[in-house]
Amino acid sequence: MNINATLFGELLAFIFFVWFCMKFVWPPIMGAIEERQKKIADGLAASERGEKDLELAQAKATDQLKEAKTQAAGIIEQAKKRGSQIVDEETQRAHQERENIIAQGHAEIEAERNRAKEDLRKQVAALAVAGAEKILERQIDAAAQSDIVAKLVAEL
Amino acid sequence: MAGSAGEQTISGYIQHHLTNAAVGEGFWTFHVDTLAWSVILGLVFILSFRAVAKKASAGVPGKWQACVELIVEFVDDTVKSTYHGKSALIAPLALTIFVWVLLMNLMDLIPVDFLPILASLIAGESMDVIAAGQSHTYMKVVPTTDVNMTFALSLGVFALMIFYSIKIKGVGGFLKELYAHPFNTPWLYWFNFILETVSLVAKPLSLSLRLFGNLYAGELIFILIAGTLGVWQLPIHFLWAAFHLLIIPLQAFIFMMLTIVYLSLASEEH
Repeated sequence: MNINATLFGELLAFIFFVWFCMKFVWPPIMGAIEERQKKIADGLAASERGEKDLELAQAKATDQLKEAKTQAAGIIEQAKKRGSQIVDEETQRAHQERENIIAQGHAEIEAERNRAKEDLRKQVAALAVAGAEKILERQIDAAAQSDIVAKLVAEL
Repeated sequence: MAGSAGEQTISGYIQHHLTNAAVGEGFWTFHVDTLAWSVILGLVFILSFRAVAKKASAGVPGKWQACVELIVEFVDDTVKSTYHGKSALIAPLALTIFVWVLLMNLMDLIPVDFLPILASLIAGESMDVIAAGQSHTYMKVVPTTDVNMTFALSLGVFALMIFYSIKIKGVGGFLKELYAHPFNTPWLYWFNFILETVSLVAKPLSLSLRLFGNLYAGELIFILIAGTLGVWQLPIHFLWAAFHLLIIPLQAFIFMMLTIVYLSLASEEH
């Protein structure tokens, strides 16, 4: 244990090393460490934000899907209603047409029958007149008796 | 140093190992080995850490950078948990002390004869002369077993303690701490002053002697094992090295920790 001038040498070396460390070693290393810590913190925050965004997007997608489903159901419902409406309308129209056609047929038949009746009546009248002429021969002047014939015809 | 010619005594062997390579006379003696090894190890620390500092990036660190960052963060955490002021000096100081002292302590694990014999051979002495204990080349490779080394460290710390005390509390505050504490009555000021001065001076003294004592004792036991046990020294060396391996980082850590504690005491008002 002998103290000597070595002490001063070591003191100088100590001061130099501490100074060098303080100036050129500590700040860059600490800076890098702190920067990396910040980077990692930022990265973690970003991933958390991403996760939240994803969750939000998923919720939104679910909502939209639900809405679309409701809309689709509405459209189908409407289409069904419209379909049955069209069927109803068509049925009604067809029914109407049938009625019309039937009514028309009836009217035609009626007209035909009337005409036939008229023809028959005329023919019966002519036949009756002819018959009467035959029976009465010239006794009866056709022209003079035509009013009687007309009356007969009207009675038929 | 040397026994009778051709035969080496134990005490000579030990004495040889405990003598520094010295230049100069009296007080103006320089222990060349202590200076050289401490500066070499300091440069190893400075340059290897500077290599990382130059390339330090916030990206993915390389293996060496990760290792250095581990040490830096460890020191930074220790400083932050103990020293509550703001100082750009304390943390780099603690890092320098820790790594430098650790490297110097680690020199203790190099087998005790390797470097001294190498030095003797370089100095031109033959193996016969060395084996006979006649070598006059001295080489003490563990700088922390030199009390000059540990005193230099603790004196640097002591100067910083006084600097921080005066900077933060003023000259008056610093002096007041010396005489008005622990008994704050005027007629006991003289007693306080003696008490506080002793405790103030004891801090750097105990700091340096603790490191010196631990490493000197460890080194001495290595030398004793090497000098007395013959071939049996190998397992015993291993056992002592395994035990000493605990002391080496522990003493480096204690020196750093106490430095931080002393400086934090100096920076706080009581």
